[in-house]
Amino acid sequence: MAQQAPAKEPTVQQIAEQKIYKQFGVSDSEFELICGFLGRQPNYTEIGVFSVMWSEHCAYKNSKPLLRRFPTSGPRVLMGPGEGAGIVDIGDKQAVVFKIESHNHPSAVEPYQGAATGVGGIIRDIFSMGSRPIALLNSLRFGKLESDRVKYLFEHVVSGIAGYGNCIGIPTVAGEVMFDEAYEGNPLVNAMCVGLIDHDKIQRGVAKGVGNPVFYVGPATGRDGIHGATFASEDLTAESEAKRSAVQVGDPFMEKLVMEATLELIDSGIVLGIQDMGAAGLTCSSAEMASKAGNGMELYLDEVPQREEGMTAYEMMLSESQERMLFVTEPHHEAQAKAIFERWGLHCAKVGKVTDDGRLRLFHQGEEVADMPVKALVDDCPVYDKPSKVPDYYLKNGSIDTNRYEQVIDLTDALKKVLGSPSLASKEWVYSQYDYQVRTSTAVVPGSDAAVVAIRGTRKALAMTTDCNGRYVYLDPEVGGRIAVAEAARNIVCSGGEPLAITDNLNFGSPEKPEVFWQMEKSVDGMAEACRFLDTPVIGGNVSLYNENAKGAIYPTPVVGMVGLITDIDHITTQEFKAEGDVIYLLGETKAEIGGSEFQYAVHGLTEGRPPVIDLAVEKALHGAVLGAIRQGLVASAHDLSEGGLAAAVAEATFGRGLGAEVDFATHLRPDLALFSESQSRILLSVKPEHAGALEAWLAEQGVPAQKLGVVGGEELVIAVNGHTAIQAPVNEFRTEWKEAIPCRMQ
Amino acid sequence: MKFAVIVFPGSNCDLDMYNAVVDTVGEQVDYVWHTATDLSGYDAILVPGGFSYGDYLRCGAIAQLAPVMNEVRKAAAEGKFVLGVCNGFQVLTEAGLLPGALIRNNSLKFRCHPVGLRVENANTAFTRDYEQGEVVTIPIAHGEGNYYCDEETLAGLKANGQIVFTYDGANPNGSVAGIAGISNEAGNVVGMMPHPERAVSELLGSADGAKMFTSVLNAWRERNGAASTR
Repeated sequence: MAQQAPAKEPTVQQIAEQKIYKQFGVSDSEFELICGFLGRQPNYTEIGVFSVMWSEHCAYKNSKPLLRRFPTSGPRVLMGPGEGAGIVDIGDKQAVVFKIESHNHPSAVEPYQGAATGVGGIIRDIFSMGSRPIALLNSLRFGKLESDRVKYLFEHVVSGIAGYGNCIGIPTVAGEVMFDEAYEGNPLVNAMCVGLIDHDKIQRGVAKGVGNPVFYVGPATGRDGIHGATFASEDLTAESEAKRSAVQVGDPFMEKLVMEATLELIDSGIVLGIQDMGAAGLTCSSAEMASKAGNGMELYLDEVPQREEGMTAYEMMLSESQERMLFVTEPHHEAQAKAIFERWGLHCAKVGKVTDDGRLRLFHQGEEVADMPVKALVDDCPVYDKPSKVPDYYLKNGSIDTNRYEQVIDLTDALKKVLGSPSLASKEWVYSQYDYQVRTSTAVVPGSDAAVVAIRGTRKALAMTTDCNGRYVYLDPEVGGRIAVAEAARNIVCSGGEPLAITDNLNFGSPEKPEVFWQMEKSVDGMAEACRFLDTPVIGGNVSLYNENAKGAIYPTPVVGMVGLITDIDHITTQEFKAEGDVIYLLGETKAEIGGSEFQYAVHGLTEGRPPVIDLAVEKALHGAVLGAIRQGLVASAHDLSEGGLAAAVAEATFGRGLGAEVDFATHLRPDLALFSESQSRILLSVKPEHAGALEAWLAEQGVPAQKLGVVGGEELVIAVNGHTAIQAPVNEFRTEWKEAIPCRMQ
Repeated sequence: MKFAVIVFPGSNCDLDMYNAVVDTVGEQVDYVWHTATDLSGYDAILVPGGFSYGDYLRCGAIAQLAPVMNEVRKAAAEGKFVLGVCNGFQVLTEAGLLPGALIRNNSLKFRCHPVGLRVENANTAFTRDYEQGEVVTIPIAHGEGNYYCDEETLAGLKANGQIVFTYDGANPNGSVAGIAGISNEAGNVVGMMPHPERAVSELLGSADGAKMFTSVLNAWRERNGAASTR
């Protein structure tokens, strides 16, 4: 594919005088710093390398002070943030590796490839640790599912995820999709990958051993994705379309080969250090590997496999061509490494050498084209403490009474509206496009509170979920942050697992806006507090800022990806009612909390007030009680109460097997508020009648409030409040609203 | 009995097929690389699902040119048992071992979900443990599983009892006559879009696929006499 040769590069003088660095997001003061580190002015290649290394995406320059507030260690944590992915011990010398990453901006301009390469990138992060990827999850946000543009983005993001995950053969087992005007024009596409590893196979991205060769493996480098990391670190504007070339193109078949060959290479025991070429490609992987070993590196760019003619040093260093890895081995292992890759039809090229001078030096066509201190690239990017300001909307919302709305009388109709709201509706249209069963370990398929993947050869399984309600976080970032972690943990508990740790994807607007920075600060504080309380440290994650559209910032959306351990597959629990006659219980307390709820949005057309409150001690006690009951074999089904409140939770539990239910909720609240309140720390259980006594005794002992609501059975869903029927219709009617909401809109 | 699971670059259900053999019949099973030139030691050849060669050009079109496929053709001609699932089915049609072709689902989307399958021929080596007409639950996961053949071929398939499985209920991909799986005329080569290897344990939702594996073991035992029973 011939492309036009690039225009002549600007000279050192032009870069400085015409402030060309500004196009790359480098400020005047940063440029001064760079000149200081170099002892001279940078050339075009050097400023390009600095600009990506110092972008928010690579350097976290606006978020680092906040990230330090997270708890990152714990008795099970084998590796925290800093490497490709975090690692948590699950016993028997096995560990789980996981991480979430965003591909928001690429997906906004090229949804299929943007989403596909997001999946490809996170998979590489997992297998470059030496871990076998076993599951994929994703967390998606789009504008209201009405306009052609939103439908287009939704359709192509989903097929991009499917196209990559299905082909490479890693099941996509869970996720969440929400729709709200706040994400119009700036969708969120966060992909998470989970892997398994034996403790003795854990790899790090370090360039060890001065004089050792550095190898490049994977497809040839092209001119795609140049400046992708910079692109991800600025606002999306009308000109963003013109930056389509900053979006990479994925080849899942190639990645499958690279993955198998890499795992085989690591298994052979000859790898000293390995890292994938993700954001900022060759630049980031080489600089970080050298930095982590306290070494330097020389790269011989003529040796880099190239897909296009006449590529410059600048283009090669900044390309984000996909499916590439960089690794270091000892010189005498070169032949063995090459043989492994050749068996998979891959070429591996020696492109560099580990040095002891702490510098990243690039050679091209017989000349040294760049010479930069590694430390300056990796560690010395200035960190900014941005000004923070409480937004006016937050203050205003504090005085809004969300119970002032006129009472809704037809609650059957209201429940249909809530169930038919695309955010809450069945996501079957989405997940039936994902291969969620390949590797034949998926014990709980998409659609329940958390997915469950069994670990072959053991009795154990992993539960996994992603969660974040951006409306709550918008209305109160600190409370919303706490809830995001607590709800993820509740989902894990409902599936029979013990929450282990989280990975987070902090999606926010521009940190240059004090109000946005305040949202970041507060939500991180809330998340950190919940992580401490629930013993789920943060083992890694990603920050995506500058998510803005013409109307301003998106809802602050710090997505939580959580993994839990199910110690015995007999504990696996799902949300649907199992048998006629089973007794239904509601655990937890219901208050009149409608702020930020799906009911407020779908029925009243509003998002205002304060979100539900959360007491982390109550939450933790609930988790202990429910997990204990599950482990005692008392529980037939468990479902966390979240969007849509009690009414939606009971309805959802009837859908799985089409078993109806008759429940009566005793409350002092107005019926519409009682049934649709999104009060936190609540779980719906069903148990066999013979276990009801034991469950009640256990919950009383644990101090968890519980109310017997009714029984499973019949073909109708009947929900009464204080003895008066409030909702009544055949299960099928509700199920149709819920199931058809998305397909109808996508036809 | 000895099973071979063929591995092409891009195969991704090889692991599942291997594990299914281990879990259902516990017989010997090996992964066999696409470059292999000798399958004489194997009694049954399993061509797994996935995206061989990235499905580039056309599903199965490049895989059928792999060296191992000459051996698969030879094994099929010798009457050995050959099963192709999903991409494996596509490879077998491209290789000319089964008639017809697999084209894009009529929904134009990848589809992954359990389907009802009717056993139309319980006399093949791979289906003998099922009841004729039995409906079983086995998952599908494909974007190009829409079986197509011309009228004449279809008439031949019907006349010879070569239609092994049809979809019970809604046809998920628009296939001719609801076809989900077929055999060759001799009945020793079977191809199907649904994944029996994903349905061998209740933990994973269904164990209805296990009989595919017990069937072929029993067929092999019968062919080789009681002496070969372990």
